[in-house]
Amino acid sequence: MTDLTSLTIAEARSGLAKKTFTALELTDAHLKAMEDARVLNAYVLETPDHARAMAREADTKIAKGEGGPLAGIPLGIKDLFATRDVRTTACSKILGNFLPPYESTVTSQLWRDGAVMLGKLNNDEFAMGSSNETSCFGSVVNPWRREGSATALVPGGSSGGSASAVAASLCMGATATDTGGSIRQPAAFTATVGIKPTYGRCSRWGIVAFASSLDQAGPIARTVRDTAILMRSMAGHDPKDTTSVDRAVPDYEAVVGKSVKGMKIGIPREYRLDGMSAEIEKLWSEGASWLKAAGAELVEVSLPHTKYALPAYYIVAPAEASSNLARYDGVRYGLRVPGRSIGEMYENTRAEGFGPEVRRRIMIGTYVLSAGYYDAYYLRAQKVRTLIKKDFEDCFARGVHAILTPATPSAAFGIGEKGGVDPVEMYLNDIFTVTVNMAGLPGIAVPAGKDSQGLPLGLQLIGRPFDEETLFSLGEVVEQAAGRFTPSRWW
Amino acid sequence: MSVMGRNLIKGATGDWEIVVGMEVHAQVTSNSKLFSGASTEFGGEPNSHVSLIDAAMPGMLPVINEECIRQAVRTGLGLNARINLRSVFDRKNYFYPDLPQGYQISQYKSPIVGEGEVIVELAGGETATVGIERLHLEQDAGKSLHDQSPTMSFVDLNRSGVALMEIVSRPDIRSSEQAKAYVSKLRSILRYLGTCDGDMEKGSLRADVNVSVRKPGGPLGTRCEIKNMNSINFIGQAIEYEARRQIEIIEDGGTIGQETRLFDPNKGETRSMRSKEEAHDYRYFPDPDLLPLEFSEAFVAGLKADLPELPDQKKARFVAAFGLSAYDAGVLVAERESAEFYEAVLTALANKERDGKLAANWVINELFGRLNKEGRDIPASPVSAAQLAAIVDLIGEGTISGKIAKDLFEIVWQEGGDPRALVEERGMKQVTDLGAIEKVVDDIIAANPDKVAQAREKPQLIGWFVGQVMKSSGGKANPQAVNDLLKSKLGI
Repeated sequence: MTDLTSLTIAEARSGLAKKTFTALELTDAHLKAMEDARVLNAYVLETPDHARAMAREADTKIAKGEGGPLAGIPLGIKDLFATRDVRTTACSKILGNFLPPYESTVTSQLWRDGAVMLGKLNNDEFAMGSSNETSCFGSVVNPWRREGSATALVPGGSSGGSASAVAASLCMGATATDTGGSIRQPAAFTATVGIKPTYGRCSRWGIVAFASSLDQAGPIARTVRDTAILMRSMAGHDPKDTTSVDRAVPDYEAVVGKSVKGMKIGIPREYRLDGMSAEIEKLWSEGASWLKAAGAELVEVSLPHTKYALPAYYIVAPAEASSNLARYDGVRYGLRVPGRSIGEMYENTRAEGFGPEVRRRIMIGTYVLSAGYYDAYYLRAQKVRTLIKKDFEDCFARGVHAILTPATPSAAFGIGEKGGVDPVEMYLNDIFTVTVNMAGLPGIAVPAGKDSQGLPLGLQLIGRPFDEETLFSLGEVVEQAAGRFTPSRWW
Repeated sequence: MSVMGRNLIKGATGDWEIVVGMEVHAQVTSNSKLFSGASTEFGGEPNSHVSLIDAAMPGMLPVINEECIRQAVRTGLGLNARINLRSVFDRKNYFYPDLPQGYQISQYKSPIVGEGEVIVELAGGETATVGIERLHLEQDAGKSLHDQSPTMSFVDLNRSGVALMEIVSRPDIRSSEQAKAYVSKLRSILRYLGTCDGDMEKGSLRADVNVSVRKPGGPLGTRCEIKNMNSINFIGQAIEYEARRQIEIIEDGGTIGQETRLFDPNKGETRSMRSKEEAHDYRYFPDPDLLPLEFSEAFVAGLKADLPELPDQKKARFVAAFGLSAYDAGVLVAERESAEFYEAVLTALANKERDGKLAANWVINELFGRLNKEGRDIPASPVSAAQLAAIVDLIGEGTISGKIAKDLFEIVWQEGGDPRALVEERGMKQVTDLGAIEKVVDDIIAANPDKVAQAREKPQLIGWFVGQVMKSSGGKANPQAVNDLLKSKLGI
């Protein structure tokens, strides 16, 4: 029998349906793989008992012909998603051993459809980071290595655990969240597929908040089709999240393989950065040529406010975060470090509970919202955000169906290599992805090639609001042309 | 202007004028909280009405309670205020143990209700108009309990997230009397609307009072804010004290620093709580978890159509329809319960056009007077609206005299019963049988020849004869008939 962990979700689904193997066997294979891959530090909590119980239930249902669309599919869950009675920490010390008495809407929909939870996945603390180095559980290791090198690389972040686990076949797919690129950048760094849907497509209820107006859940999986399968279960209106949108969830899988003939693909001039590496240039033009070959029409477009996106993002996101994270005060749950007064208790708790990057962003956010600075920073950043949104609207109004860009300015880098002195060096990772969050649009990252050192690189496709379907169709074209990339196992 | 002249305070350097503006926090009457499904019931076990949202668990999101929106709009309409079809919820950020989110969801730049006004009744039938600047919705905080443990403070989140309306007045108030009248009127309007129960003891209605003083007509002085007042009388006392304190400081050559103060009802004085420098920077910004609140003109119109009659309209109607004095009508409409009682009496009257005014006198003087004396409130009245209406009917139709009616009221108060049946059973009917009255009149005239002679000299003495006749008839003789008979018999 082939290694069950190497199957795609679509393949596993058909194997389960044909009773070639059971859900329990599939889950056990993954639990074993997880055990063998602990060096990657992708999981912060393995839940084997839970997983086997869910797998058995899936087997029962499959036998009765009542299996849901994800029956028996083993998934990893980013630790930002609240899972009932299963420790949820956002990879921050401040949440301690928090056991939510509730289940996030997105994960509850996955369980409703029969999926199996293998465990909780590592991420940057409160999803603040682009390398998964800010987690209180330590860095995640990318299963990819430079050719001939044993240097440990980052998997990207903040959904580094999700990307690493999916790439290393420690789960068939994973939940992730994306506030400025946290799904797409790690997907690009690990040769996985990740989609950040339109803001409002998935419920944020039960997901630990980072920046409420930017946060959005989405899947990471090994193929475009698999992300489409997961997306259908994760999406949907939730009355408990008033920013979620009440529109029908399409059958995303149905459009995977659909012709892209006649689609107009925008190539944004402003994404051609000074000093962009030749490899990225080449990847980008190659991607364009694949789409052209598939019948799409390429047009150069302009998104003039792109250069303001990153600075504006680093005002808006920390501003919201500074307020969202105020609830971690040691009063009701999580870590409490005593003090002689309530003020001192707050200070002690938050100083010890939050890591340096989270503290930095809380301070930036507090600063930009302060009296006398609000107009100059927060308000101005919101105006920039409106302009960025308008750039995209203008572009789509001219008949552009989707926009093609590189997903990241480089391939994965070494652990400890970036951002040590200047945090902006790390922030620049999100240069191609933050605009999409600022505009609330869907964006997919698809593996498209490798750099000279054999590390994967990804392309990003940005779509119209609520038109994830076009992204799946286009993503499939890229995937078919580029082929799939799997890391060779060294762990 | 006389009103102003009366309100001035004499200081060592001349007259001073008080300027007061108020922020009233009124708890919205609703079954569940502003952004969660938890109950708003008062007085549960600590932390028994707390949802995951109220406790600010990670990943929880607020969802607006539509009933609270309706209540805020109704209130805005009751204050003759502009309703904003689009408003925005903001976060007011500060740390406090009873504020689980670390921010209060409030409305800062774009409130749900804009400018309006309240007409305030003053002594002597005068009125003053107090401008409303805005009304916005916000969450209440929980409660810190400092008396449960020697070393710890506990937190009760039952109130956390309960909807409040903050009603901000313009600084149009010029005396402690006006301030008290304003809060009373506002409370009355809210209670008529059913949007706040107005229970100040339970904290359903609290006021932050901004007080400053100035030379009449001069520029506004620096204000001090007296926080969290939950009694109308204390508001009056606090303003009086605070105004005099400020005048004294200024007249001694000092200046007023902008600060927040607390009123100590035991000592009758205000004390500094924190200065402007210590004030929080609340870092307001639009709550990204909530979309702007938008509704249609039709939504507002629907609420407007269902609005109950408010005190000002009711007062005008009582005056116009039943000839009540403005003062009496004002007394009746001041409280929703008293107006409702009077309306119930009106409904039960056989002829309300004829007896509406008489009924008002009976409600105000006999019933309210008696309730007041015994310290009871209207729901605890032993005399029901129907019983009182029956008594008024009996007077109006001439079955009993006003004097007998008072006895009857006493019987109903003490023993209960149907007034009409009581009048029958106890023979309290007014005697209109001229023959019977004539006999009594004749007897008295025969027995008092000297008085008869005097009365012929001095016709006013007829009053003595009337009294004698009424006495001997046990008060049941029809006074008009007695009068007429005496006049003819005495030849005066």
